[in-house]
Amino acid sequence: MKEYQTINEVSGPLVFAEIDEPIGYGEMVEIELSGKGMRRGQVLESTDKFVAIQVFEGTTGIDKKCSVRFLGETLKMPVTGDLLGRVLDGSGQPIDGGPEIVPEDRRDIVGTAINPYAREYPREFIQTGISSIDGMNTLVRGQKLPLFSGAGLPHNEIALQIARQATVPEENEEGDSSEFAVVFAAMGITAEEANEFMDDFERTGALERSVVFLNLADDPAVERTITPRLALTTAEYLAFDLNYHVLVILTDMTNYCEALREIGAAREEVPGRRGYPGYMYTDLSMLYERAGRIEGVEGSITQIPILTMPGDDDTHPIPDLTGYITEGQIYVDRELHSKGVEPPINVLPSLSRLMSEGIGEGLTRNDHGDVSDQLYAGYAEGRDLRSLVNIVGREALSERDNTYLDFADRFEKEFIQQGYKTGRTIVDTLSVGWNLLSMLPKTELNRIDESYIEKYYEETPEGSKVEG
Amino acid sequence: MSQAKEKTIEDGIIKRVSGPVVSAAGLDAKMNDMVYVGDEGLMGEVIRIKDELTTIQVYEETSGVSPGEPVENTGEPLSVDLGPGMLNSIYDGVQRPLAVLEGQLGAFLDRGVDAPGIDLEKIWEFKPIVKKGDEVKAGDIIGTVQETESIEHKIMVPPNFEGGKVKRIEKGKYTVVDEVCELDSGEKITMRQKWPVRSPRPTKEKHTPTIPLVTGQRILDGLFPIAKGGTAAIPGPFGSGKTVTQHQLAKWSDADIIVYVGCGERGNEMTEVIEVFPELEDPKSGKALMSRTCLIANTSNMPVAARESCVYTGVTIAEYYRDMGYDVAVMADSTSRWAEAMREISSRLEEMPGEEGYPAYLSARLSAFYERAGLFTNLNETQGSISIVGAVSPPGGDFSEPVTQNTLRIVKTFWALDASLAERRHFPAINWNESYSLYRNQLDPWLCENVESDWPDVRQWAVRTLAEEAKLQEIVQLVGKDALPEDQQLTLEVARYLREGFLQQNAYHDVDTYSEPGKTYLTFKAIKTFNDEAFKALSGGASIEQIQTVEAVPRLNRIGTAKDHTKFISQLEKEIADQLKELY
Ligand SMILES: Nc1ncnc2c1ncn2[C@@H]1O[C@H](COP(=O)(O)OP(=O)(O)OP(=O)(O)O)[C@@H](O)[C@H]1O
Ligand SMILES: [Mg+2]
Repeated sequence: MKEYQTINEVSGPLVFAEIDEPIGYGEMVEIELSGKGMRRGQVLESTDKFVAIQVFEGTTGIDKKCSVRFLGETLKMPVTGDLLGRVLDGSGQPIDGGPEIVPEDRRDIVGTAINPYAREYPREFIQTGISSIDGMNTLVRGQKLPLFSGAGLPHNEIALQIARQATVPEENEEGDSSEFAVVFAAMGITAEEANEFMDDFERTGALERSVVFLNLADDPAVERTITPRLALTTAEYLAFDLNYHVLVILTDMTNYCEALREIGAAREEVPGRRGYPGYMYTDLSMLYERAGRIEGVEGSITQIPILTMPGDDDTHPIPDLTGYITEGQIYVDRELHSKGVEPPINVLPSLSRLMSEGIGEGLTRNDHGDVSDQLYAGYAEGRDLRSLVNIVGREALSERDNTYLDFADRFEKEFIQQGYKTGRTIVDTLSVGWNLLSMLPKTELNRIDESYIEKYYEETPEGSKVEG
Repeated sequence: MSQAKEKTIEDGIIKRVSGPVVSAAGLDAKMNDMVYVGDEGLMGEVIRIKDELTTIQVYEETSGVSPGEPVENTGEPLSVDLGPGMLNSIYDGVQRPLAVLEGQLGAFLDRGVDAPGIDLEKIWEFKPIVKKGDEVKAGDIIGTVQETESIEHKIMVPPNFEGGKVKRIEKGKYTVVDEVCELDSGEKITMRQKWPVRSPRPTKEKHTPTIPLVTGQRILDGLFPIAKGGTAAIPGPFGSGKTVTQHQLAKWSDADIIVYVGCGERGNEMTEVIEVFPELEDPKSGKALMSRTCLIANTSNMPVAARESCVYTGVTIAEYYRDMGYDVAVMADSTSRWAEAMREISSRLEEMPGEEGYPAYLSARLSAFYERAGLFTNLNETQGSISIVGAVSPPGGDFSEPVTQNTLRIVKTFWALDASLAERRHFPAINWNESYSLYRNQLDPWLCENVESDWPDVRQWAVRTLAEEAKLQEIVQLVGKDALPEDQQLTLEVARYLREGFLQQNAYHDVDTYSEPGKTYLTFKAIKTFNDEAFKALSGGASIEQIQTVEAVPRLNRIGTAKDHTKFISQLEKEIADQLKELY
């Protein structure tokens, strides 16, 4: 392994060095700071005369005298089942004072694409206990379903509620051999937010079956580009080698993308929309597409990435590109939050694309799809009328319109509102739904099969019977 | 893809690696030659030649590739293998069969592996249709092979052959590399043809299409039809229904062959096709849908250069089946990812960027691609067609961006998806005010003859009613519905049934998912019957409230899901008319 002292340029997160032997694209690099520690990086461009190196831990303190070592291989993550229960930093070094990690294998962190022919289509319903998700935007095992949130909104509470309550109802009865594990990757979140997660994991005992990667707000930004890759490489090992059902929480993807932008700018690349690199779509998909199931393998990877939308704007490149890759999205809503609705999930723009295959007869209940469609239609109609009512007043509206206004209000107060501590079974969720639908005349329920109306419609609806 | 590594011209040496773009010196290469890059022999294509340096886009991950490694030229352009065995298959962007790769590599796609696009060992039963002494020319069909239960594969003289008298041809069992026919010109014909993906296959003549591609989707067939041989764009923000619509077309449209190109989209969506299609039946033939389908998958996490080529791979396969006289429909989901791949490669080449960083040749590439659609007379005098439906994924859902705009300049059908419709679960979320089809007039004669003679009139009535509704809605937003005169309130009521009972169609409902043209027409008619009877009632003295509470009317929204729709509709129309007559 040859050492060079040939750095001729340091620029932002990048270091350029001359070389006289071929260096592989993507190869790992160590930069020795004259007695003041070591930095790690990766080759971003390789020519026969020089290389461009992206330094993970920041370039502060690097000068032309530093020596550069090329390790002859791409970045690897040491993986083992013993990682469960461990807390690592953003570049995969243990920070919990625990024993040294003895790897079973070392895996390339970039990962390779799952052959679509080898995938198994995700169909297993995960009951999160949250009505707005289970009833309206059902999550299934192997799905990637992000939370689209904004600064100061309770996305962490929601992610934790999912992690705590998630079960697969069928399996509780049959007893599943595969176990549940959590891989948590923090990118640039505050120490306070990180503690929120850690405390909850410790209190509920979830830590034992979790692997935690922490890159906090004051950790180097460029490191954020490798943290999720380390986490997903670990998740793949747990899921596809050790057969765990892994839930991966990635937060905050916005910080990850900012780091990408920083590197792009330093390389003087032609920027795409709002200064983010043109290849951000491909880059993000190489993270998100690592969710899924593989035929013949017991384990699975379910991803819940969290992102805070700058200015609550979902046309911003980060949520936009994410939405184009993930299998739906859950919107955390500022207006519902200020009304005190917990969890403040706006179901209208939310979507689970894998829902239709994961619900219905034998999976949840046969009326589930119809009920969900009808609740959507009713809530959308009621919300539309709210703006009109501000102008013309309730008296100017027809009886039908007034009913829909009431429907939308009750939908928020009874269906969405449930608190962070309550878990509802899918049957509970559906009966809250039917209770609300029974406010409407039967003829309005045109999205529901008549046989279900017969069976579940409440002729004299009382208030909701399920605790909210 | 199988580019045998037989012919080595002159190896080059890698000078620079930057993601999917590699430069090499000393390579003797032509533009668009296929090359093998590095010690692992990664597949690539020459995209620029300047002085000593040849620039190559590499179709596989380049981590670990370093300067100094060799580049080997095949001397041939990027081509596909054409022959029996393509249907019921799934390929990556450069026609590597994914099922075969799974067998070799397991669940994850590693690199540096190669396999022929069609099975070279499989035995096919060849039946000649010409005999010794017959004169054949380029493109002519010389025999057939039953490729799948629904498709008879025509074996043709390759388009670049001279042709001549058949010297020898024999029925029997052959592999695709065995010679099935010899001509007196000395040319030998096998069942496998190779064709460079970037060159359209030749035809004799292009015609104006006059037959609709029947999709089984009410809003498409009813309002915005596409022709067999036509082009359509389906732009929309994420989650608005591009993929579901294209899956619906792949399932239910009456094309003979479907080529589905998943370009830079989700892995699970391809898996869904692989899992679901074999279980579905073609409504026309009753045969499994997969047996007429060929899938090309370059999912978003697969190498970006292969994304640039996957649409060409798809359309070349489509052209080959068109040459046999089939109607082929190509779904490209999403053309935006293809355009972005062009942008990424272009920016690595440090080309001068055009609008929003896309290369200046974006528009030329898009039109050249859609030009490969059409209704053709083939070299062999058969007629075949290629219809292309391209999804577009505009950033932020904003249709003013370059890919949408350049596409709209070319295609003749525009299905505009609308996030606000998708939010309220109005599916398909195709905005009826913005969408259009320039094929309407040329397809009407066929519809009049094959469905119902007043089809254009009924459609026109629906279009008018929906346009009227849009205008009235603006007023309602200001003053409320009750402030409108009763006849206008009734128009709103009728339009609501058009939206809920006709335009909406649930792709996931066993019955509703497919609506044959006859049913589409009757659904129109049923709502029009309500319209006509209700206006009579209104002028006869009935009030709008009375009309709104007529018991039978809401059942208009159940036509789509009704099992026996003919009976359901005729009964419903009668009840609606009777009940309305009671009001005055
Ligand atoms: N005709 C339909 N019937 C029922 N549901 C539909 C229909 N069309 C779309 N949907 C619903 O909308 C969801 C999103 O559709 P789809 O995946 O086609 O969006 P898309 O436009 O392809 O998004 P992206 O650009 O992110 O790929 C589907 O998962 C489904 O729930
Ligand atoms: Mg899609």
